[in-house]
Amino acid sequence: MLSLPVLRAGFLARRGVLGLAAVRATHSHGKSVAIQENMSVPHYIEKRNYPLPDVPYRRDLSVDEKALMEKQKGSWKELSNEEKLALYRIKFCQTYVEMNRPSNEWKTILGVTFMFLGFTGLILAWQRYYVIPNKPHTLSDEWKAKQLKRMLDMRTNPVEGLASQWDYDKNEWKK
Amino acid sequence: MSSLLPKPQMRGLLTRRLRFHAVGAFVFCFGSALIYKFGVAEPRKRAYTEYYKNHDPVASFEALREAGVFESVRPKGK
Repeated sequence: MLSLPVLRAGFLARRGVLGLAAVRATHSHGKSVAIQENMSVPHYIEKRNYPLPDVPYRRDLSVDEKALMEKQKGSWKELSNEEKLALYRIKFCQTYVEMNRPSNEWKTILGVTFMFLGFTGLILAWQRYYVIPNKPHTLSDEWKAKQLKRMLDMRTNPVEGLASQWDYDKNEWKK
Repeated sequence: MSSLLPKPQMRGLLTRRLRFHAVGAFVFCFGSALIYKFGVAEPRKRAYTEYYKNHDPVASFEALREAGVFESVRPKGK
């Protein structure tokens, strides 16, 4: 059984879940337990990737709204614009525009990501200074120059490779 | 009632797709093979023939010997 945090207690009350497992405020340590939502019945899901919610948003309707639901069984030409909007709000919580409205979450995400990357950079810098040993002596510039000279002396890859780029008469790289 | 749309293609869809992609695959494969042959292989063969046309192995050996890379023969100065 999934436990959902009590964010929409009112909405859950309307869904008739309180009968199953209400907020137990009578705990000895005074904390309240999350409402166990009844997952064996369909829920109202309002997500961009879930276009058709399983149940309408409002289940318990007032007298006016019940009358409106009866009226909409007839011809829709007789419904005013306000009535059509009221019917929409009975069926759905938000419009697509409201549901898909942009938020500032990306700033939080980007900021926290960069903070963690920065912290990781500090860790790496510490490692580079305190943990990682020095480079081998064969990677010094002097050694690398001697190594290159020896490769040219040996005429490595004289047809298309390294030695083919060296001008042996003028002792310099070919232009 | 809105005007009728033209009837879409109902049959032979996979065949058409396979033909299109088979032709493309052949063109791509042969094309890349030809590009490699005439862009890489042929120039390389020419470079090797050019290099070895007037290549004097003895002179090349002497040059290497003078550079001091051998262990079995020292440069002539020694």
